[in-house]
Amino acid sequence: MQQTRSVEVGTGLFVLLGMGALFFLTTQTTGGDDFSADETYTVEARFENIGSLRNRAPVAMSGVTIGRVTSVKFDRVTLEAVVGFVIDAQFNQIPDDSDATILTSGILGSQYIGLQAGGSDTYLEDGSEMLFTQSAIVLENLIGKFLVNAGSGGED
Amino acid sequence: MPAFQIEANISNPLNDLAENLIEIHDLKYSRGPRVIFEGLNLVIKRGEITALMGPSGTGKTTLLRLITRQLIPQHGTIHVDGVDISKLSLAQLYQLRTRFGMLFQNGALLTDLSVFENVAFPLREHTKLTNRLIRHVVLTKLHAVGLRGAADMMPAELSGGMARRVALARAMVMDPDILIYDEPFVGLDPISMGVIVRLVRRMNDALGITSIIVSHDVEEIATVADRSFLISNGKVAASGSPDELKVAQSDLVRQFMHGMADGPVAFHFDAPGYEEQLLGRDAE
Amino acid sequence: MNKLLREIYNNGIEFVRTFGAFQLFFMRLLRHSPGILIRRFDLVIMQVFNTGALSLVIIMVSGLFVGGVLGLQGYSNLARFNAEDSIGVFAAFGLVKELGPVITALLFAGRAGTSLASEIGLMKATDQLSAMEMMAVNPVPRVLVPRFLGGVIAMPFLAAIFSMIGLFGTHLVAVELLSVDVGAFWQQMQSTVELEDINEGILKSIVFGVAASLIAVWEGYNAIPTAEGVGRATTRTVVITAIAVLIFDFMITAVML
Repeated sequence: MQQTRSVEVGTGLFVLLGMGALFFLTTQTTGGDDFSADETYTVEARFENIGSLRNRAPVAMSGVTIGRVTSVKFDRVTLEAVVGFVIDAQFNQIPDDSDATILTSGILGSQYIGLQAGGSDTYLEDGSEMLFTQSAIVLENLIGKFLVNAGSGGED
Repeated sequence: MPAFQIEANISNPLNDLAENLIEIHDLKYSRGPRVIFEGLNLVIKRGEITALMGPSGTGKTTLLRLITRQLIPQHGTIHVDGVDISKLSLAQLYQLRTRFGMLFQNGALLTDLSVFENVAFPLREHTKLTNRLIRHVVLTKLHAVGLRGAADMMPAELSGGMARRVALARAMVMDPDILIYDEPFVGLDPISMGVIVRLVRRMNDALGITSIIVSHDVEEIATVADRSFLISNGKVAASGSPDELKVAQSDLVRQFMHGMADGPVAFHFDAPGYEEQLLGRDAE
Repeated sequence: MNKLLREIYNNGIEFVRTFGAFQLFFMRLLRHSPGILIRRFDLVIMQVFNTGALSLVIIMVSGLFVGGVLGLQGYSNLARFNAEDSIGVFAAFGLVKELGPVITALLFAGRAGTSLASEIGLMKATDQLSAMEMMAVNPVPRVLVPRFLGGVIAMPFLAAIFSMIGLFGTHLVAVELLSVDVGAFWQQMQSTVELEDINEGILKSIVFGVAASLIAVWEGYNAIPTAEGVGRATTRTVVITAIAVLIFDFMITAVML
């Protein structure tokens, strides 16, 4: 009986440790955007190019995460990317002429949407569409532009 | 034709049914190209101790595996208690096997269980007895083989003879009708051997069990068996009581019973001519 | 020439036959699994202990050092791009998606797989399996299935523990030793690693768990019942498991990307 007891204790400890490790991995290595809100409202924005923006990417204003991307679609008529994202309902005074930009966190980091406050008196609400957007900076395009500029600059 | 060739049991069918527990008829079994049994007939009578003897490699253990249907013959029938075992479903087979107790060569105790749990194993797997009852039964059986004191030991701590006695207790724990011993005397010191011989006899007589012993220890068999079969070349070469076999005229029986080096079972394995090979004429 | 072709043909047939028998064996184990899980869970627990708990030490020590090496290598490579803050991302991806499941499976083959194969092989060689059959106990559900299930259950836990300890190893080297900023280390990791990445690792470790346990049980059960045969079965267990795990790893990674 002593033997079965120690086996049971050992197995129990092992499984608990394993579950602890799984819990640790799922909570501590992921979910850095730490965005959670009970009530949200949904806003859409159209971009020419979203780079590598993914679902669940954070939406930040002044560097603080206030929402997250919930859908990335492609409009086959206007040929634009349509990004839907939710914003915590308590931030309900964001001017509707605010500017949405796709930014990159760090040099290897993932992309997120940054909002720049506008000056309008009316605010974003559920179903609004952002009017002013700036596409993601694609490194290749940037280098291309730089090279063209450098080339033309040389002739001046 | 050897003097003690088995006679077909045609004398009295009704009586036979009661008397003959196991009947093997015209058995053929081969492993790959090697024929192990061909035309083997054998009858084991209820309540007796039957010995199966024969030179090494004649397939005595194979015969046990055939009787318990761990192997299936290519041809011929095996009846146990009037039932053709080749026709049983797996469930019926397991049902039948609960009537067998088998003692393997080295005991075959389950190494990860204690002596007590080894003996309790069939009870725990097949019955819903309470722990108290199981304890009672197991200790009784261990007492019968004189190892009640070793109940808490692990199989690795036992000597060869003790392991076999535990295995005997385990084989008996389900109160089988037939006990099968595969080489129970091999590698035992004389004392342990004597203990096992006495146990075999006592179990058989006290519990009315039918016993089958595979062995080539002529001396021990002579003291314990009621009837023995000498198997050679895939057939029963001779049968009778051990004493009858001892005085038999057949060359093979005499060679075996008296342990002579050369005879029908040749000392030399098949080889090309001695001189021929030494002088290297077959080198080309 | 003709002889060579015939040999190749025969070997091919033999390979297909073995593979088919292996599949049937797997099906047999699966068929008995639900019954054992429900009725004889105590046997499964015993095997989770044997394969899982007893492998903990080797898994944890290896995890710590693999994580440490990731810290050293990652630092020296990332520092060239001034990106040593990303070392957490580097280590987490490496551990959770690849090294955790794969190294755990390889260590499992060496520690638990060999012990399973040799235990079952010895049970066969010493007639214990035949004895069970004679006691009207089918050794497949009684002996093989609990060992198989124990391995399958233990593997994901072992892999998770390996990854977690590995991350601590990286943390130790990168943050404590090479003074990477602790906030950057964890924050970058957290904003980059996604739940899908963890799931990929778990999926891999489950597949590896099935493969490694199945191979060990199969090799033990089909070992030639002699001392030499059992020895050979344990060797084959390690070799075949290693190959199978690496092939599966490649296939899963290719599909998931």
